Parts: sequence; structure tokens; C-alpha cells
Amino acid sequence: MTDLSLRPAAVTIDDLAGDRNATRPDTLFSNGAKVAGYLVLVILAAIAVSTTTKAWPAFRSEGVGFFLSDNWVPSQGHFGARAIIYGTLVVSAIALVVAVPLSIGIALFITELAPRRIRSSITTVMDVLASVPSVVFGLWGFLILRPDLKDFYNGVADAVSGIPVLRSVFGESLSGQSFMTAGLIVGLMIVPIITSIVREVFQTVPINEKHGALALGSTRWEMIRGVVFPHSTGGVVGAVMLGLGRAMGETIAVALVIGASPQITANLFGQGEAMPSVIARNLNEASGNYRAALIGLGVGLFALTILINISARLLVKRANATKGAR
Amino acid sequence: MATVTVDAPTPRTADASSAQHHPLQSSLSRGRRTRNRLANAWMILSLAIAAVPLLAVLVVLVVKGAGLIASTDWWTESIPSNVAANAFGTQEAQDAFGNVGTVAKTEEVVYGMQPAIVGTLLTTGLAALLSIPLGIAAAVYLNEYGGKNRSASTIRFFTDVMTGVPSVVMGIFVYTVWVLNFEQSGRSGLAGGLALACLMLPVVVRSAEEMLRLVPNSLREASAALGTPKWKTTTRVVLPAAMPGITSGAMLAIARAAGETAPILFTVGVVSATNFSLFGQNTTLSAQIFSNATQPGGESIAWGAALTLIVVVMAFTLAARFVSSKFAVRIDQ
Amino acid sequence: MTTNERADAPAVTTATAPIGAARLQPNEEIPTVVTEAVFETRDLSVLYSGFRAVRDVNLTIRRGEITAFIGSSGCGKSTVLRCLNRMNDLIEGASVEGEVRYRGVDLYDPAVNPVEVRRRIGMVFQRPNPFPKSIWHNIAYGPRVAGVKKKSELDDIVERSLRRAALWDEVKDRLDASAMGMSGGQQQRLCIARAIASEPEVLLMDEPCSALDPIATARVEDLMRELRDDYTIVIVTHNMQQAARASDMTAFFGVEVNPNGDRRTGMLVECDTTATIFSNPSDERTENYITGRVG
Repeated sequence: MTDLSLRPAAVTIDDLAGDRNATRPDTLFSNGAKVAGYLVLVILAAIAVSTTTKAWPAFRSEGVGFFLSDNWVPSQGHFGARAIIYGTLVVSAIALVVAVPLSIGIALFITELAPRRIRSSITTVMDVLASVPSVVFGLWGFLILRPDLKDFYNGVADAVSGIPVLRSVFGESLSGQSFMTAGLIVGLMIVPIITSIVREVFQTVPINEKHGALALGSTRWEMIRGVVFPHSTGGVVGAVMLGLGRAMGETIAVALVIGASPQITANLFGQGEAMPSVIARNLNEASGNYRAALIGLGVGLFALTILINISARLLVKRANATKGAR
Repeated sequence: MATVTVDAPTPRTADASSAQHHPLQSSLSRGRRTRNRLANAWMILSLAIAAVPLLAVLVVLVVKGAGLIASTDWWTESIPSNVAANAFGTQEAQDAFGNVGTVAKTEEVVYGMQPAIVGTLLTTGLAALLSIPLGIAAAVYLNEYGGKNRSASTIRFFTDVMTGVPSVVMGIFVYTVWVLNFEQSGRSGLAGGLALACLMLPVVVRSAEEMLRLVPNSLREASAALGTPKWKTTTRVVLPAAMPGITSGAMLAIARAAGETAPILFTVGVVSATNFSLFGQNTTLSAQIFSNATQPGGESIAWGAALTLIVVVMAFTLAARFVSSKFAVRIDQ
Repeated sequence: MTTNERADAPAVTTATAPIGAARLQPNEEIPTVVTEAVFETRDLSVLYSGFRAVRDVNLTIRRGEITAFIGSSGCGKSTVLRCLNRMNDLIEGASVEGEVRYRGVDLYDPAVNPVEVRRRIGMVFQRPNPFPKSIWHNIAYGPRVAGVKKKSELDDIVERSLRRAALWDEVKDRLDASAMGMSGGQQQRLCIARAIASEPEVLLMDEPCSALDPIATARVEDLMRELRDDYTIVIVTHNMQQAARASDMTAFFGVEVNPNGDRRTGMLVECDTTATIFSNPSDERTENYITGRVG
């Protein structure tokens, strides 16, 4: 011990070391946060493992036929999901055809055309649209829209009945439940998500290039085509893919309006079936291989949406990083 | 980079008709002007096309559902089990005899929705209790500790990916790891809450992280310079400063979860009497809408439940916007 | 005048009470001749992601004096300041070479807890950074973190600190109001009061007036002169008049640019009494800067 009376003011290393125990809460806290962070990865892995395990009996008994055959007769133990996958793809495609032009239009309206003060109210409208639950859109589509659409579909079918290709694409509608009805509703539902991402991408376009184009005498539309679109291609493609992922996973609205009959047909007005909706309607009552097959569809859906999301996120990330890095 | 595609050659000499116009207006050819107008029309029309169905849905909901949810029975009574029988009963009576009531009618339907309202609050509440603290903790790791390091970037990326996982997959997940392991007792509000929590978690993580990122670094420095351990800086300065934004994000996540049906279908089961417990089968508004939509005579129940659900969802959504706009100022210095 | 007391044997010429208690006992013998080195740096270099931002700083800062760091921007004066309470630890990719001794103890010794260092060495920043809390909570923050719980005790600390920072009369009626509603000058004095409330031994000030108007600046400078009796103050400033007005010692930092012209490294040119630096600097670069030829 040093003589305190001589050198009372000296600081020792122990003074600055602080209380050893004092750092323990810090370690606990940061580790706790880290565990929570890794939880996301754990859940994703657990989803993959547990669903694949439970679906395994169906994969094993059907082999590749599970995805390639279109013989889906649960009562006879046939589980070939091709028609169901086809339905998912057709509905998603229709949804994109509907949603992409609308979303880009709205995003352009917000970023290029709308006066500053109404921008936030448009965003509110988009938020409200995004917050309407899927099942409510489904209910509306099933009870209100379907009867009118049926008449409309049959009117169109009559009108094109003499034209070779259109005749088979726009055929007769039995109930108003169809690929088209599902696609229209899903398209409406994915407008907010595509809009919000496309808008962010548009906002990263350098303002001086936009002003440069306008200064050269371009109209607003020429500026958009010449500057905004070339700058945003990657990000817009990414946004569209994110919308595609959403559309493929859309369950309840589709379950109510698609018609629940797995078939591969060119007739967009005909009834069909989609992966999430067949799961939603039947998983509760299913058992044995049927249950495994439905879970297997879930595995397929999970894998498909994960792939689409990963590539979409990479595209959006790259687009935002290379362009307006601000 | 600024290549400007000009579709029509710009005429130096204005054509006859536009010569009367102001010289600044006349430099555009008719084609270019038309295309510009078409583009403007496209933008405005897009908004209208998206807004009209939204408006239509909301109007129909109010028209069809307002009567039911205005009655106290709706909030206090069990879900009627005799709607189907009742619907057929009255219809047959009318068709056969042209007058109502001659055939013995089933007892009168009491339209109640309390079990589903309670179930929705239970499952969503549990999901919020699970996912919000965990999500905030994960966001704290990402923004305060991980930063740009590899594990944080990986987690951030897969959190984004997880927001894109369809909700039906979350339902299947909890069904496989929970419901199937308990068979009969597996379906419960608890299981539904777990599925919704999985759905909410990535949304909460990303929105909370975004809010933490907005907290100016100068506040962290100010606290650290006073000799504050990092965890206290985080809990006493950073989180409180970000709380309005985090709250708003969490409320949006709650709103989204409350309206979800797919994860609920396989996990909560069916019940027509109110169950206040997290254990035992339960039901939610969304599940009631789905099952009654296609059930004969169930339409009005479905509409009522839909309006109730929309009211809950909109309340959370608009409250979230209010919170974020009201308190946003506190963050920017 | 220079470092004749080596760090490993800090020769203290006057007896003082343990730090922290020093200001609380009015009967304490106040040192009249102060020669104790509070900070000594030896060959201190700071690297950001491997690149040397400041090199080879050898500096002694003594107790009870105001030391000013001056120099053109990018010369590393703030960087060196932030080594003195290990705030550089918070910057990703920052590392330190050489030695910083605080009253004889190597601050970068593995046994040293930076949190404890910062508790003893307060800091005021370039821009006022009050917490988005009430005035009372801003001041009480440090003591509460350190474990003071009693309301009455905290009230005392709040009042004492605000008085010390000459802010009490302006805010005593609105201690519960948000600090964000104060003017910039008030906020900066609040930040000084907040630093004082934790009873530090040293105050580091990183360009504390650069975001303030002249009147607010004058008030902060007055405050510094008042605090000089109780605290060792190190201030970074880009304002030469401020250094000349307010400080006892001045350290001048310069910049050297590498042959490619893409890397700037700061260095200490000289450190002497303020009077010497401003009237008769020994280095030509200092003179050029002082007379306004460079910088």
C-alpha cells in the first residue's frame, strides 16, 4: 500500500478499472440482443426443417410426380400438383399485369406530379389499402364482385366467341369464380407494396439529371422516359418480384374466389385452384398422406417465395446502392 | 448519362395553328404534348383505379355490417350456431306457402360475435407480447451492436426475406411443430398467437431498426461521455428517443396480424362460446369471416365480422400514423 | 515547465483530497501552485481503418489550467481530444498507438474500463446534444446512472450544477420543460451543467461554441473562466481569438499531406503558454497560422 498521506490524489489502475461486476449487465444485454437477432434465422431454418419433415411421406410416395403430374385426387391418394401450381402462376401473372402499371403510375404520380401537400394523403390511401385484410377483400370479391363479374365474363366470352385464340382464353364462366377474379383481387392487393418500393427507387434518381433533362426542353413524360426509367430498371424489377412473391402467397382472398377445381386450362374465366388456397381449405380436415401432400405444397410455396424474395431483395439493394447513394 | 429520348423531332418553326399561342407554349409538337398528357392521365387514373375498389369495399362493409355491430348482442353474445337452419327454414316457408311463419321456424337467431372478438384480441395480443420485445431486441442488436458486420448484414437480409414468406406458411409451420404434437389440445389461442408472432417478428425488427437508425449519434455520445455503460445508454436514451417510431411500426404490425386468416385457420380451432383462455380452442374475426362467407345464411355474420375487423385494423393503422406524425419531431435535432 | 515528473512516478506537490470529494469540502486546502500533469501522451497516434489520422503526439496537460487545441481543420485536434476519455473507442475502425497517461495511469491499459474513464472525464460536444427529456432529467441523468436514487439528493445536484453553469436563474421555473425547447446557447450550457453533475475531474470541450452566436459564445467563455478554478479544461477550438482569450496553454496542430495528396495526417507542432504561442511561437508553421497566412 502506498502511503495515502503522501500521495493522496494519485489515481490507480484499480480506480479506472471500475467495478468488475459492472460490465456484466452489458455483456448480458448485448448477448440477449444478439440471440434475438439470430432468432429470425433460427425460425426460417425451423420452418424449412419441420415442414419438409412432415411433408416427406408425400414427397417419397409421389417423387417428382408431386410437382409434375396433374392428377390430384386426394380420395384416391393421387397427389400431382401441376394444375395447382399452374393456377398459382396464372393468378400471379394476372395480378402482376394488373398491379404493375397501376403501381408505377401511382409512384410516378407521387414523385413527379402530385403537389407536395397531397403526397402524404396519397400515402395514407396506400397504407389503408395495404391494411385491408385479405379475407375482407375475399369476402367482397365473393359476395359482391363475383355475380357482376360472371355476367361480364360471359359477355366478353360471347363477343370473342368467333375469334380463334381469344375464344379459348376468354371462355365461359360458370360461377364468376375464376383465375381472372382471383388475379384481379390479388393485383389490387399487391399495389401498395409495389408502389412503396418503386416510389423509393424513383426518389433515388439524381435530381440534377432530372432538371438537366427538363432544362433541355423535355416534357415531363420525356424526362421520365429518358432519366427516371433508365435509372430505376433494377429497382423496379425487384419491386415487381416482391409483388410476385406476395401474389403467390396470397391465400384467403384467392381461396374464396378461385373456384377450388384444379385444372389446367387456357380459359382465364374458368375455375382453378392455387397452392395456398388448397392448403387453407383442406389442411384442417386432412390426415395421412393427404396432409403430408398439403404440407408439401406449403414447402414448395415457401421455397418458391424465398427464392423470389432473395433475388428481388438483391436487385433492390443493388439498385439503391449504385444509384442514389446518399 | 442524361440521355433524353425525344420521340418527335422538335420543330423549330411552329406550325400554323400554334403560331397564335404564346411563343413559349408553341415549341411543343402536338404529338409530344399528347404523350405528356396521356402520361399524366395514366398516373391519375392509376390512383383512381386503386382507390375506387378500396372505397367500394369500405362502403359495402358499412352498409352491410353497421346494423349488426351497432347492437349490444354483437359484442356480448356467443356466435349463433343456427343461422344455416334458420336461413333454410324461412326460405322454404316462403316458397311453399307464400307466407312466412306457417312452418315451425327455428328459434330466432341472436347475432353475437364476442368469442371471435375476444379470440382476435387474445391471439393478436399474445403475438404482440412475443414479437415486439424480441423484435426490438433484435433491432437493438442490428443497429447498436452489429452495425455493418457480417452476421448483422445476414440477419438483416433474411429478416427482409422473412417478411415475404406467405402467412399461410407461418400457419403450416406452427401446425407442424405445435398442433400436430398435441393433437386435440394443440389448437388454441396460444398456437394462433405463435403463428402471428412469427409473422410480425420480421416486420417489427425492420421498422424498429429503421427508427433506431434515426436516433442521432450525438445522443449516444452524450450519454457515453457521462460514463454510462452501453446497455444503459441504449435503454435510457436511444430506445426512449426512438420509441414513438417503434410504437408506430409495432402498431402497423399488430394491425396486419389482427387481419390475418391463413395462420389462424390451422392453429386456433373452432369454438362458438367465448374462451378467455390462451388454452383450448378459440376463434377469431378473420376465421369467422372466412367460414361464414361461403356458409348459407352466414353472409350477414361475415359482413358484421368484417366491419368489426376493419374498425380494429383501421384504428391501429391510423393511431400508428398519428403517433409517428405527432412525435416525429422529437427525434430530429 | 515540461514533463519532469514521469508518469510512472507522478510527483504531486500539493496534497489534495481524493478526487470527487475535492469540491465538496470548502475547508479543503486549495492548491496554489499546480504542477501535476493530468494527461501525458507519448507518441500517440490514432488510426482510422489502418490510416494514420494523427501521429506522434507528445503532450502534457496540467491540472487547473485551460489548454486549447488549435489548428486548421483535419489536423486531428478533436481526434486527440477524444483519446483523452476514450471516446474514440466508439468509432468503428479507430485504433490508438502510443500511450495516454491520465494522472499516471495508462488509459489504454486492458484493465481500464472506458466507462469509468468517461465518468471521471466529462465532455462537451461541438453541437449541443441535450437528451430529448426534461431539463431536470438531463442534469440528473449522470448521477442516476451512477446510482444516486434519492429525489432530494438529485434535486440538490441539479440545482448545484445549474447554478455552477450559470443557468439556474433562467430555468429554475421550468425544470420539467423539455430541454429541446431551449435556445442553442442555453442547450450548450445545459450540456456543461450535465457534465458537471457527474462530478468529473476534467472537462473536455470539443469546439463548444462553433454552433453558437457571439453572445452565447461569450457566455460560455465566461463560464469556462469560472470553472477554471475547479476543473482542468481542455478545449478544441477553430477560433484563435477564443484560444487567446480563454486559455492558459495552447497546443498547435498542423497537417502534413502525403506525396499523392490524398492522405492528410495531423501532428502536434508545438505546445506552450498561450502568450508564447501567440506572440513568439518557436515554429514557423505556428507563426504562419497565427498570422493568418495559412489555414
